[in-house]
Amino acid sequence: MTARIVVAGASMAGLRAAEQLRAAGWRGAITLVGDEPHPPYNRPPLSKEVLAGKASFESLAFRPRASVSDVEWRLGRKAVAAALDERTVRLDDGTELSYDGLVVATGMRPRRLDCPGPAAGRHTVRTLDDARGLREALTRPGARVVVVGAGFIGCEVAATAVGLGVAEVTVVDPLPLPMAGPLGELLGRAMLERHEARGVRFALGTGVAGFTGEERVTGVELSDGSVLAADVVVESVGSVANTEWLDGNGLDLADGVLTDARLRAGGRPDVVAVGDVARFPNARYDGVPRRVEHWCIPTDTAKHAAKTLVGDAEPVPFAPLPSFWSDQHDFRLQSFGAPVLGKGDVRVLDGDPEGDVLVGYHHDGRLVGVVALGGQAMTASAARYRAELLKQPALTETVSG
Amino acid sequence: MKVVVDMNKCQDHGQCVFAAPDVFSLDDAGHLAYVSDPDDALRDEVEEAADVCPLQAIRIEA
Repeated sequence: MTARIVVAGASMAGLRAAEQLRAAGWRGAITLVGDEPHPPYNRPPLSKEVLAGKASFESLAFRPRASVSDVEWRLGRKAVAAALDERTVRLDDGTELSYDGLVVATGMRPRRLDCPGPAAGRHTVRTLDDARGLREALTRPGARVVVVGAGFIGCEVAATAVGLGVAEVTVVDPLPLPMAGPLGELLGRAMLERHEARGVRFALGTGVAGFTGEERVTGVELSDGSVLAADVVVESVGSVANTEWLDGNGLDLADGVLTDARLRAGGRPDVVAVGDVARFPNARYDGVPRRVEHWCIPTDTAKHAAKTLVGDAEPVPFAPLPSFWSDQHDFRLQSFGAPVLGKGDVRVLDGDPEGDVLVGYHHDGRLVGVVALGGQAMTASAARYRAELLKQPALTETVSG
Repeated sequence: MKVVVDMNKCQDHGQCVFAAPDVFSLDDAGHLAYVSDPDDALRDEVEEAADVCPLQAIRIEA
């Protein structure tokens, strides 16, 4: 029988894993299992171009490399159980797949608010179908929108809604500033001012107690008892790892799948994890395993994990340089490195927080991350610091974000 | 090798420049410029550039 690698998860990380397995020399069979009906597609446009009605599915779909034209796709199916000692994965239709290698690429799902109230009218943005449903709701005349969670996704959705002409858009968050968790206070404040200037309202420093309405949501009740009227609620309050199907195998699944530096799970040579779901140590930083939900991580981890599975004699240390971006209104945030590790020492490197600005984040006096906010010239200037960040030696002490 | 960038999609993220600096560059205004017929020896880095393009705007046609 032909040897087979099963890739559980058929989004970007699963696709990249299949392509990188081929690039690493795997000539056996590859089976990709994915619970969405769609072939792999690019998610960042979901909260922006797709919501705004500017992108079709065709424009989102990844073009798989020719090397994976012979892989088997099981779409609309999900892995529900695995027996790693027996090397089998069971799907939701009862099929059992045996494997020689397993790639865990099952990603995340949105965390939902556990509050009393009706479910209709409450949205998340993770899948294409989510985004289409939310777009329909946002474009109903007179829609009043409350976004719960002032992180990147929530702020992107709020900006897109205002751009669509929605008159009432309010973002709620228990923290005092948007995106301050990853970006710190200086840029959090700059982002707050920009959003407010473009018509987004904020209810900060308050949680959500529940939702009003009978059949459908009519409002969001805040923890101080006040109610924001709403027809559309968007919950952007983080995500939960899809790892339940791996239960019972002795893996550390406390937050995603814990891996070693070669992305192996549970010390097994035949099981690797890639993408959002992988909690891996980055040799560039302090060695503490972390999950990283950046767009570039599926590609970075797939390349490394494929070499692990196929059997690379001389592995190089896994030390990806994190980077992420976020487009909101007419400006971009572009980050390189790990600003979250240097929020205690933030310095303006170029420009001015009132306009385009480049901010450096330092740990123990050393630059660990840069974030540009503004137009193209400033994001290009962030790129110039990328080389400096790449050259730095590893951080050896433990840093808490 | 023939490389095509869909300039309607490109938003000048510049990730391709990091992956394949011999093929892609940003000009002084931060806008993309590229070599459309790079040497085949550069295929690995051009494939990498296509992978890391946030807009998936890079196509390798031959």
